[in-house]
Amino acid sequence: MTTSSGSLLITGARLADGTRTDLYISNGVLADQASAPAGVERIDADGLLALPGLVDLHTHLRQPGREDAETVASGTAAAARGGYTCVHAMANTDPVTDTAEAAEYVQALGERDGHCQVRVVGAVTKGLGGAGLAELGLMAASSAGIRVFSDDGRCVDDSLVMRRALTYVKSFDGVIAQHSQDPRLAGPGACCHESEYSGRLGLPGWPSQAESVIVARDVQLAELTGSRLHVCHVSTAESVDVVRWAKARGIRVTAEVTPHHLLLDTPLVSNFDTTFKVNPPLRTAEHLEAVREGLADGTIDIVGTDHAPHARQDKDHPFDVALPGMLGLEQALAVVVDVMVNTGRMDWPTLVERMSAAPARIGRVVGQGRPLVVGEPANLVLVDPSARGVVDGAASASRARNNPYHGRDLPDPVVATIWKGGVTYRR
Amino acid sequence: MRHLLSASDLDLASATSILDVAEEMQQVQSRPVKKLPALRGRTVVNIFFEDSTRTRTSFEIAGKWLSADTINVSAKGSSVSKGESLRDTMLTLDAMGVDAFVIRHPSSGAAHQVAGWVQAKVINAGDGQHEHPTQALLDAYSMRHHFRSIGSDGFAGKKIAIVGDLLHSRVVRSNVLLQRTLGGRVVLVAPPTLLPTGVETWGCPVTGDFDAALAEADIVMMLRVQRERMAGGFFPSEREYAEGYGLTEARLAAMKPGAAICHPGPMNRGVEISSAAADAANSLVLDQVAAGVAVRMSVLYHLLGSDEGAKQ
Repeated sequence: MTTSSGSLLITGARLADGTRTDLYISNGVLADQASAPAGVERIDADGLLALPGLVDLHTHLRQPGREDAETVASGTAAAARGGYTCVHAMANTDPVTDTAEAAEYVQALGERDGHCQVRVVGAVTKGLGGAGLAELGLMAASSAGIRVFSDDGRCVDDSLVMRRALTYVKSFDGVIAQHSQDPRLAGPGACCHESEYSGRLGLPGWPSQAESVIVARDVQLAELTGSRLHVCHVSTAESVDVVRWAKARGIRVTAEVTPHHLLLDTPLVSNFDTTFKVNPPLRTAEHLEAVREGLADGTIDIVGTDHAPHARQDKDHPFDVALPGMLGLEQALAVVVDVMVNTGRMDWPTLVERMSAAPARIGRVVGQGRPLVVGEPANLVLVDPSARGVVDGAASASRARNNPYHGRDLPDPVVATIWKGGVTYRR
Repeated sequence: MRHLLSASDLDLASATSILDVAEEMQQVQSRPVKKLPALRGRTVVNIFFEDSTRTRTSFEIAGKWLSADTINVSAKGSSVSKGESLRDTMLTLDAMGVDAFVIRHPSSGAAHQVAGWVQAKVINAGDGQHEHPTQALLDAYSMRHHFRSIGSDGFAGKKIAIVGDLLHSRVVRSNVLLQRTLGGRVVLVAPPTLLPTGVETWGCPVTGDFDAALAEADIVMMLRVQRERMAGGFFPSEREYAEGYGLTEARLAAMKPGAAICHPGPMNRGVEISSAAADAANSLVLDQVAAGVAVRMSVLYHLLGSDEGAKQ
């Protein structure tokens, strides 16, 4: 699915650390630029940054099951437009990815249709039911080589099941990626952040503590088992504090924040626009500040998009009934540049760590998130750090249109994306 | 006025105008022939996604007495289960050339969403736990009548205690907003588990001490407490609720002279209101029902009556 042409010379790019360099790509890897032939195809990257291709640990590609909302082809095309060279396809498809066979099917779809690498996420429990463990070991041993397990969309709320899952995946170096939501404190009706806004709008809210009580339990279970825990989409100040505490104790926990929880806040739901319905919900300013600080200081390890495409008919319902979720792949880098880099809170090397290197490490992805040096796979994104534009949701490569950034003036950084040496997106 | 979605859509002039025209409409109710030709040729669809007897009937009568063609659509049961989105349901009806929708929906915000989709005007007849602006208007209408009957005029300085399940009540939200405009001083009374998050930002005193609030109230508005709330663990028992937050016979006797009782109905006698209070001489409950028709006639007239199209 790439316009691969054997070799390519990128001239005049700056690396994240500011070094100016040419990058020569040959046979999908970075090669010695002195060996580039005279007539080689060139990209003039003067004024652009060359960063390792972004890696998303949290992507909903909706295939199989909801191909009207997204497919592996359309979702990974959106990923390429966003500068990603690898995504992790969440397990809450239909059928659920809870067996080796289902995992290998998604893996094959990725190899056939992907505009970037598709790593498969396996379910923690059968059918995301929260009770019996899915075939974790068989999925790990399958050709999909699964290392990340998640019931995302649902919380593994039973403490004993969570403990067993953590213990079980340790033997093959897996990680449990938890959607932290206490199902009693934030029941099925809870559709926005519990706050003065939920109170005034009469919308059932979910308090920030419905997230952090699960995070607090899980980090202690991670300590008990010595296993790896990954906290998906941290959205609250309390969760950031718990993760900070756990890391100080040496617990093997990593955490993620979405672009939307960095930028968008609760008042956006005031018009009952279901585009802004997402789970966990958009929080208030003090929580946004806390997750930004957590991302800057490394308490939060990565940005994960939670790209959640939905068909229009699943959003054209009353607010409490509409499906939660919003797009993220195409604007994730723009949001992080806007909120973190342009404000001076984070430098480019740290952005690379949070959006490429760390997610690749957590997912145990070989050949992604690597420095741009000779011998490494040619997975990279060319970034114009000063470009801006108004987001046009209709111009998306995604099949879905639930883009919360539509109409918003944001950085427009992605100039080109290169995966395995082939150009997967070029502006 | 394009739509009536929230009591906050009304400024003092428009709220007063609705109440004043409602007075005229109520005169019509005492005539042998109750029909006015004001909305002849206009089509009003009452679409109710949730059961309602009094609100639906009252809107239907209001439309008919103004000579509008009034159609009731019962759309109970979620449109999801029928495989149709709310947007498609409403666009389908809108395409038939409806002038106004009166919509009741169990989901907060539904009327706002519909107003963004359809050509017709939209009147919110109750959306989830959000708002019920015509209820607040008919409450205000009944209160104003009562104040006048005791030789007092206007809302300024009047204390209105709203008591009960504030968390799940759309009536309280609309009343707080409308009284902010009209000048009444609302005091909110509820057990701590039935207070909405952020109620302290609503600009009204909030208390758990019903007796203290009662001693000063000019109007005591009792909200229905639904039995399923007890199952949900919001309070321990009906007995304990009635003890703390019910308008008991003892509290009826402790009311300020000239104070009156409101209830949006349907009442749970013996829980939030005793029979003695419900049937007391200073109970405005049936006045509220009568006012409902007049106020809704006025609202329909304000939305549809002054349009070019209304003159055919």
